Amino acid sequence: MARALLFDSTLCIGCRECERACSEGKHLPYDEKIAQEEKTSAHKLTAVRTYGERFSRKLCMHCLDPACASVCPVAALQKTAAGPVVYLPERCMGCRYCMVSCVFGVPTYEWHSRLPYVRKCDLCADRAPKKEPTRCAEACPTGATTFGDREELIAEAKKRIAEKPDGYYPGIYGIEEAGGTSVLILSAVPFDQIGYPVNVEKVALPQYTWAALKHVPDVVVMGTVLLGGIHWLTHRKEEVARKEGRP
Amino acid sequence: MMELARKYFWRALFVVIMAVGAYATFLRFWGGLGASTNLSDQFPWGIWIGFDVLCGVGLAAGGFTLAATVHIFNIRSYRPVVRPAILTAFLGYLLVVVALMYDLGHPYRIWHPIIMWNPRSVMFEVGWCVTLYTTVLFLEFLPVVLEKLKWRTALKVMKAVTLPIIIAGVILSTLHQSSLGSLFLIMPNRLHPLWWTPLLPVLFFLSAVATGLAMTIFESWHSSKAFGRQLEYGLVCRMTRVLAVLTAVYLTMRFLDLSHRGALASLNQPGIERWMFGLEIVLMAVPMLMFFREKTRQHPLAVYLGVVMWLLGFVTNRMNVSVTGLERSAGVHYFPKWSEIAVTLAIIAAGFAIFRLAAHYLPVFEEEHEEEKALPAGPGRVPTLEEVRVQGD
Ligand code: SF4
Ligand code: SF4
Repeated sequence: MARALLFDSTLCIGCRECERACSEGKHLPYDEKIAQEEKTSAHKLTAVRTYGERFSRKLCMHCLDPACASVCPVAALQKTAAGPVVYLPERCMGCRYCMVSCVFGVPTYEWHSRLPYVRKCDLCADRAPKKEPTRCAEACPTGATTFGDREELIAEAKKRIAEKPDGYYPGIYGIEEAGGTSVLILSAVPFDQIGYPVNVEKVALPQYTWAALKHVPDVVVMGTVLLGGIHWLTHRKEEVARKEGRP
Repeated sequence: MMELARKYFWRALFVVIMAVGAYATFLRFWGGLGASTNLSDQFPWGIWIGFDVLCGVGLAAGGFTLAATVHIFNIRSYRPVVRPAILTAFLGYLLVVVALMYDLGHPYRIWHPIIMWNPRSVMFEVGWCVTLYTTVLFLEFLPVVLEKLKWRTALKVMKAVTLPIIIAGVILSTLHQSSLGSLFLIMPNRLHPLWWTPLLPVLFFLSAVATGLAMTIFESWHSSKAFGRQLEYGLVCRMTRVLAVLTAVYLTMRFLDLSHRGALASLNQPGIERWMFGLEIVLMAVPMLMFFREKTRQHPLAVYLGVVMWLLGFVTNRMNVSVTGLERSAGVHYFPKWSEIAVTLAIIAAGFAIFRLAAHYLPVFEEEHEEEKALPAGPGRVPTLEEVRVQGD
């Protein structure tokens, strides 16, 4: 049963308890100044952002078929069965293709480190398999962030929309985005008004790459036959000449 | 007097570039990427990837283009330029690896893809192809060294395995030249529609083949100047013809694709993109038109200028794909920091210097000793570059 996170932005009061819990759990510094930074970075894995009266959270979406994991040449990013997309720093060579590939612009880099690593939310991968809630879900005082089974959370989200159709924008962000994600979002207004990109493809992104990559074995086989054949044809004359003893 | 001044000017310039490059190198490895680049979480790839790697690999495409022309298609007249092309390619790839070491956060882990696999990753495939192909280039260039050393037996062995090596080289090149385009397939929404297309791998491959030719012409010009060699001007003319045709095919495919995807409409949107797109197209289309004209082809300087323009067009294309086309969606403007430029210049300068040294000490511009000695002299002979230049002036 894959775990997932539901963020109901209509319940968020912008208290930033999720940020604090995250930073403490990951041994990152957290103070007033960092709380003011409304964007994720190597020292802030989730960020609460203010849009007038409304708040939204930015964190890794934990895509079902993540672009970041598909592009990493050394498989340093992996989607786990429990839901989280995890990072194995000892494999990473620092090419930053994961950062370029993520539609949500999630992975960040330790730019000022001499041997930098990629940083991003890992959905508390140490807890998820044990079915314990993430630190942010645990810390949330209003129930805006909840943790659970993805199917159940989708059902819950649908129920909330059905019960209060005036209070919600009709749609769950994360069901289709990038082929589906393990972070689901509810909003009162269209999602782009609270900072979520809406021009995201509705299919898993790795398939765009695969459309080209899958031809590699064929190119190798066909190429060898073709080039070998051309060589044979173009060198025919000389071969004949050699056989007949001509120079 | 002028000659001497010129010589010292280039040497001084070289020293300055290397010194600044050394300082930038220190900054990079001591202070990290943050201190030495203008990269950010919003814009993680800069000119070290866009120029040094994407353009570097493309500009080194002459190695496989000419190896295929001569050894597979058996078009013998191209023989004189195979070796320089292979040498450039070999050096080019080595320099690309050096550049990559600057860009990687953990350069000493560059070998990781060899044992840590992810076959779904384009970067993984590129890594493998580049590693193997650099080995192939080394083997292709080895006979030149063996000739110099006069190791006949080793030379014989190399001759026997030439064909499989050449075929492997052409296939590996086809794969990674196109895959450099595939790297950007994963961002259909973020790369500007003027550049994102499912055809990226095909377009990258075609333009790389053309660049291989363009670079060969470019080098022929320089080596004939620098080393007083008399390159066959007829051959250069033939290559410009092929270059013109390849460019025509490439541009046609580019525009058909743009119009099928309805991307040409985005030319109405204000912004830097349309100008950079225009620049890229003009820099390729103008030389193409020039090369189609008999008049240009007879004029070495015009040919040279055309080729330089074409190469700039190629570089603009790669930079557009990797930088210009991504700025809007990233929401930031990226311009390289001085140290990024300094490292790039130092790498280019090192490339030029090593090429000159190699060309000076190794039989790069000579034919293989045994078989076919150059083209027959006499009435049927095509004029050399020097002769044509004299006539043209
Ligand atoms: S949101 Fe980005 S970083 Fe997170 S799993 Fe998806 S692609 Fe990877
Ligand atoms: S930076 Fe590290 S995790 Fe990201 S794609 Fe490269 S090797 Fe993989």
